[in-house]
Amino acid sequence: MASKAEDVKSPKGGSFLIEDRAPEAIFTPEDITEEQRMFAHTAEEFLRKEVIPREDAIYAKDYSVHRELMQKAGELGLLSIDIPEKYGGLGLHKVSSAVVGEQFALQSSFAGTQSSHVNIGTLPIVFFGTEAQKQKYLPRLASGEWIGAYALTEPQSGSDALAAKTKAVLSDDGRHYILNGQKMWITNGGFADLFTVFAKVDGEKFTAFLVERGPGLVSGHEEKKLGLDGSSTTPLMLEDCHVPVENVLGEIGRGHKIAFNVLNIGRLKLGARCVGTMKLSLLQSVQYAKERHQFGQPIANFGLIKHKLAEMTIRAYVGESILYRTLGMIDEALDQADKDDPAQVLRVLEQFAIECSIIKVWESEALAYVVDEEVQVFGGYGYSKDYPAERAYRDARIARIYEGTNEINRIVIGTQLLRRAISGELSLFEAAESAVKRRTAGDTLSMNTANLAFSEEVLMVRSAKSMTLASISAANRAYGDGARNEQEVIGLIAEMVMDVYAMESALLRTQRLLSGRGLENCGVQVDVTRVFAREAAVRVERAARAVASEIEDEECLAAIDQLVQHSSIKSIAARRRIADAVINAGRYFLS
Amino acid sequence: MNIVVCLKQVPKKDSILRIGSDGKWIDERDISYEMSEADAYALEEALRQKEKHGGEVIVVSLGPERARQSIKEALAKGADRAIHLFDSVFDTATDSAAVARAISAALKDEKYDLILTGLQSDDYGFAQVGLIVAEQLGLPSATIVMEVQPEDSAVRVKRELESGWFQWVRLPMPALLTIQSGINQLRYATLKGIMAAKKKEIREVKAADIGLTSDDLKPGQVIERAYLPEKTKRTEFIEGKPAEAAAKLVEKLRFDARVI
Repeated sequence: MASKAEDVKSPKGGSFLIEDRAPEAIFTPEDITEEQRMFAHTAEEFLRKEVIPREDAIYAKDYSVHRELMQKAGELGLLSIDIPEKYGGLGLHKVSSAVVGEQFALQSSFAGTQSSHVNIGTLPIVFFGTEAQKQKYLPRLASGEWIGAYALTEPQSGSDALAAKTKAVLSDDGRHYILNGQKMWITNGGFADLFTVFAKVDGEKFTAFLVERGPGLVSGHEEKKLGLDGSSTTPLMLEDCHVPVENVLGEIGRGHKIAFNVLNIGRLKLGARCVGTMKLSLLQSVQYAKERHQFGQPIANFGLIKHKLAEMTIRAYVGESILYRTLGMIDEALDQADKDDPAQVLRVLEQFAIECSIIKVWESEALAYVVDEEVQVFGGYGYSKDYPAERAYRDARIARIYEGTNEINRIVIGTQLLRRAISGELSLFEAAESAVKRRTAGDTLSMNTANLAFSEEVLMVRSAKSMTLASISAANRAYGDGARNEQEVIGLIAEMVMDVYAMESALLRTQRLLSGRGLENCGVQVDVTRVFAREAAVRVERAARAVASEIEDEECLAAIDQLVQHSSIKSIAARRRIADAVINAGRYFLS
Repeated sequence: MNIVVCLKQVPKKDSILRIGSDGKWIDERDISYEMSEADAYALEEALRQKEKHGGEVIVVSLGPERARQSIKEALAKGADRAIHLFDSVFDTATDSAAVARAISAALKDEKYDLILTGLQSDDYGFAQVGLIVAEQLGLPSATIVMEVQPEDSAVRVKRELESGWFQWVRLPMPALLTIQSGINQLRYATLKGIMAAKKKEIREVKAADIGLTSDDLKPGQVIERAYLPEKTKRTEFIEGKPAEAAAKLVEKLRFDARVI
């Protein structure tokens, strides 16, 4: 175990932009172990046999059913993956919890209950709790005896979380903090037993508190929501709520560290659920397209339907690739840190903030596409509550809003990169300069024969990275410290960064498959990677040009001309092959 | 009380089945597998008996490498150790008698009070292997067992007969029982159980280890042709007074169509 987080040898967050990775160096869904697949199987069986049959009670918000199911989930170990063994948990990796989390897509509303509990409801204590707090609360949360919730947002402070008005004042005897204020959108709010509540001590010092349900803590009415209508979401009123001083979580005045970094992990977990939901939507769409006949044949035979099925498959594959790559990196870094030292854990979580935000935005937007097209595949029936597409469509919408809106996460991606570049933590500007020089000097690729099939894609990734770096440099030159206020530019940079990460992750994964299995056994993955890489490369170029044109950076525009790496394939034929394979299998089958 | 459970891995129930190129069995590519349902109930019964009376549950399965997945699931649910008959020589054992010969040979040196199998497998559905194993090991056997009550050196079992009739019989132990599906509630493998399964023994047994050659495993019965059920449309008019016709319809829906 490393003594300091600085010694961690795993890649630094954001470094994918300036370093090339070998296919063997990243974690891919193919690295998921048999044991982890068995965890997933248990979760799937539990959902199919225990949860789904009780959907009516779940949608009626019968809290006793939620509780009963949560306790059953606890007995199976589905609530304790992230909790260390000494506190009644299993002490497993984030990959394990994601593999399980994907399965909860089968019942999205109950997934809301479960994931809020295990993630934002439990992790603050796992990461930042004192020994006594862990001893007291974690075993109860692991078993499902207690349900956890997280109370950050307020009526007037959502994305601007630090503007919270909830106040904490030390009691005269010094034994309690007295909390007053209101919180909003609290998942599990109606019946949770333990809340991580953020409040300002003396109206100034933003601090986290562990608040048990009791006098002074009142749940408001259930919100009437667009989707996830079986999960409990309520406001929370704190009225002279007495919280013992030993229930301060972390340091006074440092609550923002907890708030934001717990959200980082929440973003990953949400990503896992989005990936699971994409696969489920694809399954439902494929099945329907095979059954539904029009013009005397299944609609799955039609090119425009195939296009949709192929695009869904592409998103699921790429989505998995970035998700598990990121989880693998974070697991590796956490393994090297002392998990009992909150400062070290914090450093790891902060380190990967960019990747966590990428996962959140990318997966939720991929899911939005997938459920939208699912409705379209179902046609008129997609608009009916009697078919699954309608609920999938509604349930998915929140993913772009909570755990930090996609806008806030785009800002995180762009500004974090700029900040790290300016501080010298990541040598992005230097890399930008040398990338442009290298290209001007005529970049050639030293190819190894195994990856010959992907030489063009390797160059596309490299060129996309260079354009992204050039844009970050140009934005810094043009705006300096003011760059963070240029949200549209930051947003374009975030788009480029996401596309780079996605195309590289898919490419590395497929390269590994290709050398391990041979082309005849991963033709679909190769098609997926080729089609996606080309589309992403075009988007990156477009975004880079938009940034350079906006700031009138002729040098940058010239560099883009130099860097551009085009190559076309028969993408219609490739998408048809992808669709035919998924139609034949009847489901997502690439993992 | 030591209990042996015979497990078979079969294609998952929701698999899309295609006939293989030889026309004799399904195409096994792209198919997921699971524990045959009745075997899962046999395992559950064994685990419940063990929880009441102590002892050991030993799982035995004949199958290719993938069968390990079902064996591991059994270990994760609480079986103590496993025997995997895994050898290309066993590929010749395609009928019940040959499979039973291999299983009996593998159990020769085991000490057990009961052997439980599922009533029949979800794929071939011969319902034979258990009975032939009993015959070869010289054990008494009972089929379609609904309830198991061990006594000192005997076991009382409730058997399902036809038309809602049951029968209680007593057998001296050791004995072999074939278990009916649905007699208990299946447990899930807990995540802890899955982790614990890693440390449990799966003994791989080759044909030579138990003194068998491919000659011993030659099937006496072969499948000539596999084909998907042919769909036909049939309309039937039910005659008679409304009340009688309705009763007949209900009977047909219940026993012919099996939809109610």
